[in-house]
Amino acid sequence: MLQIDRWKRILIVGLCVLGIGFAVPNLFYQRVESHNDAVAEIERTGVETPELAAARDGWPSWLPSSVVALGLDLRGGAHLLGEVRVAEVYKARMDALWPELRRALADERATLGAIRRLPSPEGTLKIEIENADQIARATEIVRGFSTPVTTLTGAGQQSLAIQVQGNTITIQLSDAEKAVTDDRTVQQSVEIIRRRVDEVGTREPTIVRQGADRILIQVPGIGSAEELKALIGTTAKLTFNSVVGTGTNPDARPGVGQVVLPAADQEGIYYTLEESPVVTGEELTNAVPGTDPNGQPAVDFSFNPTGARKFGAYTAANIGQPFAIVLDDQVISAPVIRSAIPGGTGQISGSMDYEEANQLAVLLRAGALPAQLDFLEERTIGPELGQDSIDAGRLSSVIATAAVVAYMIASYGLFGAFASISVILNVILILSIMSMMGATLTLPGIAGIVLTVGTAVDANVIIYERIREELRAGKRVAKAISDGFDEAMSAIIDANVTSFIAAAVMFFLGSGPVKGFAVTLTIGLVTSVFTAIFLTRLMIIWWLEWRKPKELIL
Amino acid sequence: MAFRLKLVPDNTNIDFFRWQWITFGASMAAMVVSVILIFTMGLNFGIDFKGGTTIRTESPTAFEVGDYRDALNDLGFSDLAITEVFDPSFGQDRHVAMIRIGTTDETGSVSADQLNQIEAALHEVDPQITFASVESVGPKVSGELIKTAFYAVGAACLGIMAYIWLRFEWQFSIGCVVSLIHDVLLTVGLFSLFQLKFDLTTIAALLTTLGFSCNDTVVVFDRLRENLMKYKTRPLIELMNLTTNETLSRTVMTAVTTGIALTAMLIFGGDVIRDFVIAMLFGVVVGCYSTIYVAKNIVLWLGVKRDWSKKDPKLAASPFENAERP
Repeated sequence: MLQIDRWKRILIVGLCVLGIGFAVPNLFYQRVESHNDAVAEIERTGVETPELAAARDGWPSWLPSSVVALGLDLRGGAHLLGEVRVAEVYKARMDALWPELRRALADERATLGAIRRLPSPEGTLKIEIENADQIARATEIVRGFSTPVTTLTGAGQQSLAIQVQGNTITIQLSDAEKAVTDDRTVQQSVEIIRRRVDEVGTREPTIVRQGADRILIQVPGIGSAEELKALIGTTAKLTFNSVVGTGTNPDARPGVGQVVLPAADQEGIYYTLEESPVVTGEELTNAVPGTDPNGQPAVDFSFNPTGARKFGAYTAANIGQPFAIVLDDQVISAPVIRSAIPGGTGQISGSMDYEEANQLAVLLRAGALPAQLDFLEERTIGPELGQDSIDAGRLSSVIATAAVVAYMIASYGLFGAFASISVILNVILILSIMSMMGATLTLPGIAGIVLTVGTAVDANVIIYERIREELRAGKRVAKAISDGFDEAMSAIIDANVTSFIAAAVMFFLGSGPVKGFAVTLTIGLVTSVFTAIFLTRLMIIWWLEWRKPKELIL
Repeated sequence: MAFRLKLVPDNTNIDFFRWQWITFGASMAAMVVSVILIFTMGLNFGIDFKGGTTIRTESPTAFEVGDYRDALNDLGFSDLAITEVFDPSFGQDRHVAMIRIGTTDETGSVSADQLNQIEAALHEVDPQITFASVESVGPKVSGELIKTAFYAVGAACLGIMAYIWLRFEWQFSIGCVVSLIHDVLLTVGLFSLFQLKFDLTTIAALLTTLGFSCNDTVVVFDRLRENLMKYKTRPLIELMNLTTNETLSRTVMTAVTTGIALTAMLIFGGDVIRDFVIAMLFGVVVGCYSTIYVAKNIVLWLGVKRDWSKKDPKLAASPFENAERP
C-alpha cells in the first residue's frame, strides 16, 4: 500500500490545487460578487456603463468566479412559506361553468322546464330543473361538459363528478381533475411570483414549490418579509366591468349575474356591477407608472389586439356611461366614458402615490395569481445580524482550526502536522465544492464546517493509532505504516457511512438552515475521507522516500 | 525522544466492566430522569415547533425588560416573553433582546398590523431600537415540523441500525441503537433541565450527535470483530475490555479534537448559534460515554456468534462433513 502510481500522485495533487483554485474567489467575496453581477447585467441589457465595466474588471474573468451562496441567515433577507388556496380555483371553475351550462340547458327548456342554480357549498354547482322525470336528459347534457382527465395514475377519469338526487344535479370537479388543477394552479403561482420578484430585480431569489400546495420564497437583500408579502400577497386580478348602479348599502341585493363591490378609496360607496367583465387583466400587454392630467401618479396600460378591439367596441357603445376598473374585488375607479377609446391604451388613476403606482404596474405586468396565498411562515433577517454571524463564524473557524492543529502536532509530531495540512485542505475543499455546486452556506453550515475540523482528523487518528500499535508490535517503519493504513480502512468507512446516513436524513427531511447544514456535513465527510486516506498518505510516502527512516516515534 | 502529548498512556488495561452496574445503572437512571424532566418541566419549544413570532431587537442603549413589557402589554398579547441576550462579543453599546409572542392566528403567521404596532410601541420606549430579525411561524406548519422532526430522528436511528446489522451482527445494531436512544434522551433532558431553546436546529444537532456517537461505537465494534476472529476462545467480556483499551486512545483523541473545535464555536460563534453548539458538544460527550459504557453492555448481554470463519451452523450441511476433513 505504500506505492502510489505517478499518475495517482498527480491526480491527488491536481485535485488539491484545483480545490484551492476554486476556493480562492471566496477570499475576495465582494469583488467577485460585483464582478458576477456586472457580467450578468451587461449581458442582460447589452449596455456597458463605466461603473459596470469597472466592477467587471475588478476580478479577472479567466479566474474561477463562483462563490459560495450565502443563506438568508448570513446575508439577510426575507423568507416566506405560502400556501395556495387551491380550492378558490374550484369555485372559479364552477362559477364559469354555470353560464355555459345554463345556456345549454335552456335550449331544451321545453322538456326540462325551468332551470335554476341553488345555493351550495363553494366549489360545487347545484342545479334544479322543474321536470323531475327529465333528470336523465339533463344529466346527459351536464355530462357533455365533462372531459376525460389524463393522469399518470389513472386513465378514463372524468373531469366532473356529477350527483343526481330527485330533480337536482350537484356538480363538482372530480378528484382526478382537482389534482390536475391543483398542480397547474401551484405551477402558475410559482411562475407569476417569480415574474413579480424578478421585476423588482433582487439577486438570486429562491422560489420553489414545496409539497402539494406550498411555495417557498426566499429573497436575499430585501428589507422585510412584509415588503415581500405586499409584492406577492396580492392577487392582482384586474377586470373592467360595466357599472349598473352606485349606492351606499353594502348589502344591496344585486340582480342575477351582478355583484356589489366596495370602492377602494371612498369609504361607504358601493358599486353594483355586471359580473362578467368586459376585458380582463390577462389581455394587458404592458403597464407602466405615469401621471394623470392632474399630475397625480397613475398607471398607463395597453391591451393586446383582442383586448383593444373589445375595449374599443364597448367604449364606443357606452359613451356617457361609467365603467369600473376592478382590482382584487375593489373598485379602483369608475370613470365616465367620454369618447370611444380605440387605441387599446388607457390609464388607471385613483388615490395612489408614486410607489403604489409603480407596484401596481409591476403586478399588472406580471399577471394575476390564480388563487390567493396564505402565509404560514415568515422570517426576516437583517443584514447586520447576518454579517455578525459571518464574522463570528469566521473567527471561531480560525480558532478551532488553530487549536486542533496545535493539539494534533503535540500528539503526533510530524505526522500531526501532515494531518493538520489535510484538515486545512479539507476546509478549503469544502468551500470550493460548495462554490462549484452553488450550495448555500448557512449559519449551522458554518458550525458544520467547524465540527468537520474536529472530526476530519478522526480518520487520521484511527490510522495513526493503528500505526502506533503496529510499531509497538515490533514491525519495521514502512511495514507498520502500510499495515496501519490497511487495517484502519474498514473502521474509517463504517464510521463515515453512519455519519452519512444521519446527514442524508437531515437533507431529505430538513428545510432551510438545516438542509444547508446537512449539505455542508456531507461534503465534509467526503472531503475528509479523501484528505485523510489519499493526501495524508501521499505526504507520508514522500517523507518515507525522502528520509528513509529506520525508526519512527509516533 | 520527542515529546508526545498522550492523554491516554500506552497499553492501558482498564476493566471497563468492573463497575458496570454503577456505570450502566447511572446511564439508565439518567435516561429515566431525562424522561421525567421532559414530561414535568417540558421543553422550551422555539417557534418552529410551537408557532408564534420572535423579534430580535438591538439597541445601543441599555434597557429594562420591564419597560419593553409595559410597552407591549397594552397591545393585549396573552403569551408574551421577553429575555435579554448576553454575549461576550457584544461590548458596552449593544443590547439585545428576544421577544416572543404566542401565535394569534389559526393558520398563518402574525399579521402585518400587529407587527407594526409592536415595532411602533418599542420605538416609543427606545427610539434607537432596531429589529435585527423577525421570524414568525404559523401553528399549521409548526405542527408538521414537529412531526417531521420525530420522523427524522426515527429514520436516522433505523437507517444506522440497518447499516450496522448489514455490516456486523444484529446484536451490535441493537447495542448501537440503545446507545443512540441514550444519547438523544440525555441531550433532550439537558435541554429540558436548562430550558434551552428547542427548535429545528436542535434536531439537526441531535442527528449530528447520532452520527458522531455511532461513528465512535462502530470503530470499537470494528476492532471487536477483528479481535473475535483473532482470539477465538477468550471470553467475550475480556475481549471487550481488550478492544476498548486498544481503541481508548483514539476515542479520547477524537472526542478531544471535536470538543476543541466545538468549544471554539461555543465561545466565539455568537449567541444565535449557541444552543445548537451546546447540543452538539453535550452530544459528543454523552456519545463518547455511551460508546464505552452502554453499547457494549448490550452486546455482552445479547451475546455474539463467536466463530466468524465458519459458516453459520444452521446453514452448514452436515456436522459429519466437517469432521471428515483433515
